[in-house]
Amino acid sequence: MSEPESEPVTGSVNGSVSQPSLRAERVTVGYGTHVVLSDLSLTLPRGRFTAVIGPNGCGKSTLVRTFARTLLPRSGEVLLDGVPLGRWKPKRIAQRVALLPQSPVVPDGVTVRSLVARGRHPYHSALRQWVPGDQEAIDVSMAATGVTDLAHESLTELSGGQRQRAWIAMVLAQDTDYVLLDEPTSFLDLAHQIDVLHLCQDIRDRGRTVVAVLHDLNQAARYADHVVVMREGQVAASGMPSDVITADLVRDVFSLECEIGPDPQAGTPMVVPLARS
Amino acid sequence: MRPLASSTRSEVPPTRANRSGRVTPVSAIVLATGLLIVAGAVSLVVGNGQIGFDRVGMVLLGGADEYAGDVVAARISRTVMGAVVGAALAVSGVLIQGVTRNPLGEPGLLGVTMGASASVVTATALFGFTGGFASVWVALPGAVLAVAVTYLLGRQSGSESVIPLVLAGAVVSAVLGAYVQAMILVDPTTFDSYRHWVVGSLAGADFDTLRAVLPALLLGVVLAWVCTSGLNSVALGEDVAVALGVPVARVRLGSIAGATLLAAGATAAVGPIAFVGLAVPHLVRALVGADHRAQLPVALVLGAAVLVASDVAARLVAWPQELMVGVVTAFVGAPFLLAAVRRGKVTT
Ligand SMILES: Nc1ncnc2c1ncn2[C@@H]1O[C@H](COP(=O)(O)OP(=O)(O)OP(=O)(O)O)[C@@H](O)[C@H]1O
Ligand SMILES: [Mg+2]
Repeated sequence: MSEPESEPVTGSVNGSVSQPSLRAERVTVGYGTHVVLSDLSLTLPRGRFTAVIGPNGCGKSTLVRTFARTLLPRSGEVLLDGVPLGRWKPKRIAQRVALLPQSPVVPDGVTVRSLVARGRHPYHSALRQWVPGDQEAIDVSMAATGVTDLAHESLTELSGGQRQRAWIAMVLAQDTDYVLLDEPTSFLDLAHQIDVLHLCQDIRDRGRTVVAVLHDLNQAARYADHVVVMREGQVAASGMPSDVITADLVRDVFSLECEIGPDPQAGTPMVVPLARS
Repeated sequence: MRPLASSTRSEVPPTRANRSGRVTPVSAIVLATGLLIVAGAVSLVVGNGQIGFDRVGMVLLGGADEYAGDVVAARISRTVMGAVVGAALAVSGVLIQGVTRNPLGEPGLLGVTMGASASVVTATALFGFTGGFASVWVALPGAVLAVAVTYLLGRQSGSESVIPLVLAGAVVSAVLGAYVQAMILVDPTTFDSYRHWVVGSLAGADFDTLRAVLPALLLGVVLAWVCTSGLNSVALGEDVAVALGVPVARVRLGSIAGATLLAAGATAAVGPIAFVGLAVPHLVRALVGADHRAQLPVALVLGAAVLVASDVAARLVAWPQELMVGVVTAFVGAPFLLAAVRRGKVTT
């Protein structure tokens, strides 16, 4: 946001200085007895806009939740700056990694501004519920997402697109290196989907790392600069969209026969399903 | 700063200036304080004892007879007690409604009231306590114990849902309620003393009682204050709260503990008083919105004002007889709550 704030933080908890990084190392994650991710390793490339794609139920949400430590792995570790998340204070993690869940609870009577302000919580303590950077971080995030004029509207009374942008503003106000968004474009009309994707690129251009779970392969290929393809709790492929998104991969992962052509605007891979035979 | 993509799209409707019609926390506090001052002043001059405005003035200036002095001293202590108890119940309600996200949440939800009742009844039946100061030391631990049992029964590790907790509260309250019924049915003397205790009253309020419960109340307010910011995040769902670095389980436990200490202290001091803990939080939300940090101080003052006003009404409605404040709170609170409901401002 303001330039000094977007400077990547380079300290780590035990004082040793290392390059900011977030990676999962051989994590196994599940719910109850149901294992979803097994032995998965993945590094989120810094300063990029990564799209996570994969069929329903393959573990995309589970993956991003694990990176934000809202789910704890049974084995393996997520490392932030090389230090396991378990050794970080929760608030320090929240100053570095922000997560917008797939379907957040929309509380009654909360205004947009009040929602965005709650993104500042990691910087507060019981005795200090306001810090000097708050005002600016809130204003800048609301301006960046175009919700400034909605500041005093109640969240429940907004359209889905407006509401989504308010949530993204909250996550931005958290002022983190890593911004994880679980399906930020779902339920939006096409124009608003593109808006959010542009916003993701803008966030990246300000030096942050963006990870978004997306369902539209063409959008992932065109707007993201790195894709992670998941299948049944494993990473099936990852890399540049033009390298990764192929007809074989789409057949493998989504069981869909398709033809890949260039996007007429950007030249990125575009998935065109075959006609039914 | 370079404009970002979304801000170029202009489908934002014109702003209706703060159309929710809410007021700032500061003006809400000023409003509630005004109400409290008026209610407190009236509370000093009305009531039986035939001590009117002029003699109250003389007492306060230090020049009145002993009888007038005693009457005014009694009115002062019941006014102070009313303010403290009202504040405690209102804040307790804010915490309970916040942590359970239940619009019907009130301090009794998790078993405070029935816990206090059951232990008062037990003490009366076994040791012949007949209310007064002794019941404070009985009611307070009973209430805390009941909520502790509720918490242990309703706690589910790793579960976001607070429904088990609310259900456990209902179970604990029902069982204790049945126990109380059984005790008072078999023992007429217990029934007699219980029925005086069970309708909360400020009539016999004294500063010794207040001093006895004050530590619990103060601790409750501190816990409330520490938890408010966390409650704001928990209202956004557990995932968001954890991602914001909020220790969700600790915030829940702290809020429940704070609410319990406040309600238990209040109930131990003056007996059960219904409705304040339910209605005042709704009024506060209608006034200042969903931010718990704003709700807390407003609830503190508004709760005090509502209970003192109710106590004044209790002294006036059946003049020259007095009613117990526990009977009157619903009548005083209902119109306000209804008004808030009708204006569509009641939210959870
Ligand atoms: N809270 C939960 N409790 C139990 N099982 C869960 C829970 N959340 C997800 N699962 C299971 O974990 C698996 C992966 O779920 P996940 O939400 O990570 O998938 P996803 O890739 O995000 O799917 P979608 O595209 O539908 O959002 C699914 O089989 C799902 O049933
Ligand atoms: Mg998902």
